[in-house]
Amino acid sequence: MMRPDRIADRTAHRMLPQSAAGWLALAAVVGVLAVLPLSATPYYTGLVTTAMIGAMLALALHLLVGATGLVSLGHGAFYGLAAYIVYLMSPEGAPRPIWVTLPSAMLVAGIAALLVGALSLRTKGFFFLMVTLAFGQMFFFVFHDTKLGGGTDGAYLAKPLIQAFGLTLDPKELPRAQRGWPAYYVALVQLVVTYLGLAFLLNSLFGRVLEGIKVNEHRMEAMGFAVHRYKLAAFVIAGMLSGAAGHMWSLHSGFVNPELVSWHKSAEALLMILLGGIGSLAGAIAGAFAYVALGEAAQLATERKLLVEGVVILAAVILLRNGIMGIGSSLPGMAEPKESSALEIDGPPSQQETSVHAASE
Amino acid sequence: MSGFLSQLLNGLQYGLLLFLIASGLTLIFGVLGIINLAHGSLFMIGAYLAFLVTKATGSLWFALPVGIGAGLVIGAVLERVLFRYFYDREHLDQVLVTFALILIFEEMRSLVVGNDFYSVPVPAALDFSIPITAGFSYAAYRFFVIGACLVLAAALITWIERTNMGAVIRAAAEKPEMVDILGLDARRVHLTVFAVGTALAVTAGGLAAPLTSVYPNMGDGMLIISFVVVVIGGLGSVSGAFFAALLIGLIDTLGKAYGQAFAGSGLGNIIAACASMAVYILMVIVLLFRPAGLFGRRA
Repeated sequence: MMRPDRIADRTAHRMLPQSAAGWLALAAVVGVLAVLPLSATPYYTGLVTTAMIGAMLALALHLLVGATGLVSLGHGAFYGLAAYIVYLMSPEGAPRPIWVTLPSAMLVAGIAALLVGALSLRTKGFFFLMVTLAFGQMFFFVFHDTKLGGGTDGAYLAKPLIQAFGLTLDPKELPRAQRGWPAYYVALVQLVVTYLGLAFLLNSLFGRVLEGIKVNEHRMEAMGFAVHRYKLAAFVIAGMLSGAAGHMWSLHSGFVNPELVSWHKSAEALLMILLGGIGSLAGAIAGAFAYVALGEAAQLATERKLLVEGVVILAAVILLRNGIMGIGSSLPGMAEPKESSALEIDGPPSQQETSVHAASE
Repeated sequence: MSGFLSQLLNGLQYGLLLFLIASGLTLIFGVLGIINLAHGSLFMIGAYLAFLVTKATGSLWFALPVGIGAGLVIGAVLERVLFRYFYDREHLDQVLVTFALILIFEEMRSLVVGNDFYSVPVPAALDFSIPITAGFSYAAYRFFVIGACLVLAAALITWIERTNMGAVIRAAAEKPEMVDILGLDARRVHLTVFAVGTALAVTAGGLAAPLTSVYPNMGDGMLIISFVVVVIGGLGSVSGAFFAALLIGLIDTLGKAYGQAFAGSGLGNIIAACASMAVYILMVIVLLFRPAGLFGRRA
C-alpha cells in the first residue's frame, strides 16, 4: 500500500507547477509586478493592488474549492470581518502598527471561521453552500443594521502603520505619485507569501489528505483519517487567509462598508477561481487579474458594468471549462502530464457519495 | 395585547410569503438538483412587474395574474435556454451562473425602471382596515395576502401530494432514474417544476409589493432568509418548508418587534441583538441537532 507521505516526496500537488519552468514563469510574473509601479500611473498601481487583494481572497478560497472540493459562500464574510476589525481597533486618527492589526484580524477571522465551519461542515453539498451563505450574511447584517461599524454608509479607518524594526514608513511623506507604493508592495509580499504558504500546505501530507477527501471522502474515512477535522482545518486556514486579505484591503483603501462582508465578495472570489481555472492554484491569481481587468474594461466601455460582467460570467461558465490556465493545455504541444489533464477533463467528482472516478483508478 | 396580535398576524403573513419563495427553491432543488441563487431576483422581478402593471392599469388586480403568467413564462424560458444544461454540472458552475443572472436581472431592472424606491398602492377595494377587537383593526390587504398565500400553498401541496403529475414530481425527487425507467417524460417534469417554482417567487413579489414598496436588491434579503427556511425545513421537503417558513416568519417578526425593548443596558443589548439574530440562532440549533433539517430525510 502506498502511503500518502511517500507520494508527497515524489510529485508536486496537481494544483502547483509541475516543472521548474512553471515556477520560473511565476517568478517572472512576480518580477514584472515588482517593477510595475515604476512605469504605471498611480491609478493603475492602485488597480493592480486591488487585483492582488482579490487574488489573495481567491487563493484562500481555492484551498477549499480546488483542493478540498468544498464550495463556500461564507469566506467573503471573514474577509469583510477582518477589515472591520481593523476599523474597530484603529478608527480614523488612531493608527496601529501592522504587526498588531494583521494578527488580530487573522485571529478574529479564524475564530469566526472555526465557529461557522464547525456548524456548516455538519452538512454537505448544497446544504453546505446555503449554510455558509446564511452565516456569512449574518455578519453582513450585523454591520449593515447596527451602528457597530458605521452602519450602511461604512466608515473611514486609520490605515495600519507599515512598521518594522522600529522604522515606520509613512505614505504621506512620499511624493504624491508614490503614495500607493507601500500598500502595493505589502500586497505583493503578502500575495507571494500566501501562494508559497498554500503551495507548502498542498504538498504536505495535509494537502494530500484534502485531495483524497476531494476525490473520495468515504475512502479517506475508511483509511482512518479524521476527515471532519481536516475539512475544518482547511476551512479555518482559508478563513484566516481571507482575513489577511481583508486586512490588506483596509490598508489599501482606508475605508470599510458592509459591501465587504456581503456574499457577493465570496461569489466574486469563486468567479476568479473559475476564470483562472479550477485545476491550478495560480489560476486564482490569473482569474483575479482577469476579473479586475474585465470590470475596468466594462466600466470604460459602457454605463452598464454589471450587465457586461454578468454576460461574461455566463459565457465563461459555459465555454471556459478549465479557465485561463486551461487554455494553454488545450493547445498542441503544451499538453500537461497525463494524470493531471485526465483529472481536469473528468472534473472533480466533488461531494458525490460514490465516486466512479475513484473506483476506476 | 392588540400590538402583539398585530405582530402575530404580520409574522404569519411574512412567513406565508416566505413559503411561496422557499417552496420553489426547495422544489427546484429536490427535483432538478440545482441551486438557484437568482431565486431572490425572481421575487424582485415580481415586485417590479406589479409596480409597472399597476402604474399602467391603475390597479394591482391586473398585476397578480400577469405576475403568475409572466412567472411561468420566465421560468420555462430559463429552464429551456439555460438551466437544463446545468443539472449535471458542479456546484461551482451552478453558483456562478445563477450569480451572473442576479447581476443581469438587477442591471435590467435598473435599465427599465431605474434605481429609485417606489411604492405600490393597495387596491382601492382592499384599502381599509378590518376591526378585530374594540381597539384594534388590521389592514384588509394584509388579510388578503394571508388568504392568497394560503390558497396557493394549499393548491401547491394538493398538486404535489394528490395528482399524477405530483406523484411523478415526488418520484423524480426521490429517484430521478426511476422517472426515465418508467418511461415518464422527465423533460416535462423539469420544465413544469422550474416554471411553477419561478411563478411562485414572482407572485410572492407581486403580493409583497404594496407592503414593502419596491427597491433595488430587494431580492437579496429574501434569498438568504429563504435559504434559512430550506435548511431548517429540510432540503427538498415542501411541507418542511411550510412549517419552517411560518416558524421563521413569526420568530423574525416577533424578535425584531420586541427585542429592541431590551436595548439600553449591557445585557439588554445582547438580548436585543440575539432577538434580531433569532433566525440564525434557530438555524444553529437545527444544525446542531438535526443537520438534515426538521423534515429532511437524507443526511
